Amino acid sequence: MPTDTATITQLTQREYEWGFYTDIEEEKVPKGLNEEIIRTISRLKGEPEWLLEWRLRAYRHWLTMEEPRWLPNIRYGQIDYQDIHYYAAPKRRKPLASLDEVDPEIRRTFEKLGIPLEEQKRLAGVAVDAVFDSVSVATTYKEKLRELGIIFCSFSEAVREHPELVRQYLGSVVPYNDNFFAALNSAVFSDGSFVYVPPGVRCPMELSTYFRINARETGQFERTLIIADRGSYVSYLEGCTAPMRDENQLHAAVVELIALDEAEIKYSTVQNWYPGDKEGRGGIYNFVTKRGACRGRRSKISWTQVETGSAITWKYPSVILQGDDSVGEFYSVAVTNNYQQADTGTKMIHIGRNTRSTIVSKGISAGHGQNTYRGLVKIMKGAAYARNYSQCDSLLIGDKCGAHTMPYIEVRNATARVEHEASTSKIGEDQIFYCRQRGLSTEDAVNMIVNGFCKQVLLNLPMEFAVEAQKLLGISLEGSVG
Amino acid sequence: MPPMLEIRDLYVQVEGKEILKGVNLTLPVGQVHAIMGPNGSGKSTLAAVLAGREDYEITKGEVLYMGRSLLDLDPEERAREGIFLAFQYPVEIPGVTNMYFLRAAVNAIRKHRGLPELDAMDFLALVREKLRLLHMDEALLKRSVNEGFSGGEKKRNEILQMAVLEPRLCIMDETDSGLDIDALRVVADGVNSLRSPDRSILVITHYQRLLNYIIPDQVHVLLDGRIVRSGTKELALELEAKGYGWLERELTVSKL
Repeated sequence: MPTDTATITQLTQREYEWGFYTDIEEEKVPKGLNEEIIRTISRLKGEPEWLLEWRLRAYRHWLTMEEPRWLPNIRYGQIDYQDIHYYAAPKRRKPLASLDEVDPEIRRTFEKLGIPLEEQKRLAGVAVDAVFDSVSVATTYKEKLRELGIIFCSFSEAVREHPELVRQYLGSVVPYNDNFFAALNSAVFSDGSFVYVPPGVRCPMELSTYFRINARETGQFERTLIIADRGSYVSYLEGCTAPMRDENQLHAAVVELIALDEAEIKYSTVQNWYPGDKEGRGGIYNFVTKRGACRGRRSKISWTQVETGSAITWKYPSVILQGDDSVGEFYSVAVTNNYQQADTGTKMIHIGRNTRSTIVSKGISAGHGQNTYRGLVKIMKGAAYARNYSQCDSLLIGDKCGAHTMPYIEVRNATARVEHEASTSKIGEDQIFYCRQRGLSTEDAVNMIVNGFCKQVLLNLPMEFAVEAQKLLGISLEGSVG
Repeated sequence: MPPMLEIRDLYVQVEGKEILKGVNLTLPVGQVHAIMGPNGSGKSTLAAVLAGREDYEITKGEVLYMGRSLLDLDPEERAREGIFLAFQYPVEIPGVTNMYFLRAAVNAIRKHRGLPELDAMDFLALVREKLRLLHMDEALLKRSVNEGFSGGEKKRNEILQMAVLEPRLCIMDETDSGLDIDALRVVADGVNSLRSPDRSILVITHYQRLLNYIIPDQVHVLLDGRIVRSGTKELALELEAKGYGWLERELTVSKL
């Protein structure tokens, strides 16, 4: 009879389903990064002068910065920033008048990914902005949203149509000099999504962006900016995939959220970039900066993320709790299998009085995966009666993976209350045997145990995404027990 | 009709140490047999081997389940074929509700038997009927599998699973351990309600007291890896009165 140690060495071996490549004529700027390239990108996009200036300031600052190499649990090869195409766009002859004019190849790509762009087939109750390499190719349900005064469009379009809003808020949460990758993004960002919800409006459907990296040797540098005006509400989702390639590709996005008085933003991510193969070749470097500002009193920002893809994930969706009584939340599931590495967590910066934050992080490591929770809870002097609750749980599958928990807590107000709980457990042979004795296969048993472990987080995802996320968890871990 | 279970000359090692040393046992269809023995005699090893737990090396012998060889089947195949082990230490599965777990188990077994899967409504009807039968509270279904359960609740949960899964062969591994007398009675009532002419039950226990409530057709004494004596329920009472030492001494004498 085989021993059970063999049982716990396998549950992750299904192929990446989204690894196909779409053969399409693309317009790329030459490889490399210099002021000329940035001017070219800005010109291709027909941008105003102030935005070009902003990009150049970011670029000049970036040149003075050092690539971060300080994370002890993250190892990656040298990135040659001159060997990347910073802009790639599907070639098109004229501007699109309607969705029906989207290139059929691209349309098929999104269909294959389960994101139909045609009017009649759209996901019920979800408006989608589809980003293909550097540009947004389609935004659905735009008209319907416009009736409510909600702006949901590509970033480029927002720059053209709503320059005053973009100018007011761009870089106001993540300044161009914030960190190495944010500076790089600010210099070369190509597209992304823009959302503005006017005062008192509750957005009636989920807004969603689907990101697809297609072209070889390109980086994806999108920027998302969401503004929820007084008393408004919006729920936003993002999903992402990329073709399978042997070389690593860089994804350095920036997301800025702004919630004014009594506004609420719910931001959900299901990240499934190509993770690399079983030996750790290829995969996406996912180095993103996501931050929200609860500017107004009683405002709320909630991040939910399910991170199953990427060779390396490096992100800390954070909330700056400026307004009194504002609320920040972070719910995260991060899975690392094979040779994936994830260093993720959040920062909750309490500035206003009675601000509250909740952190629930679930890390799952299998294979040779390394999974780190890194989080900062900072209570500033003025944040009287601020409260934080953090819970960080790690689940290990097999004995070659690692889990690390690194909470940083800084409290400068004596009335604040900060709680932190952490646990590490191993999927036990006992648990698996118990399930098998009731008739379940090993794979179903592990799926069930993992989903149970992540339940608190999955419950925060919108319904359609929760189902997808559950399936994704199963696939990501397939073969890690066997 | 072949017996439900037939164990022939079974030898089992764990980490190189011989635990079972030639076990022979026949459990006919529809009967309840008890296996009694002191700590370390191999009772739990026998239960684990029957359920297909890995890390146990079978060096000799065979086990027939309804006339077919059992030992080559995976644990889940055995379960789907109708073997149920009530665990001595039921495992906790945080975040997975009892309801979800049980339905997944029922459907895995139904699928194996070529029956359509039960939807949530049909399943609820089935499980409610069993809860009534066992006088158990429906609130149990919404809780995570065994998480935060008292010892008694865990054992009752095992009986509920047994009732819902409707196995042919039930193996109860020290189900009485850690139960007070009231909980013991509840569990025993549950087991008795599941007795049927086409179901066999193997009750593994250290103490005789459980057998006051679950009356066995036969009692076997397992000592140092062998069944050394079999008899009626009076054998259990005799053991209770004289202790295992009595049999051990007798066996030593007969070897001289």
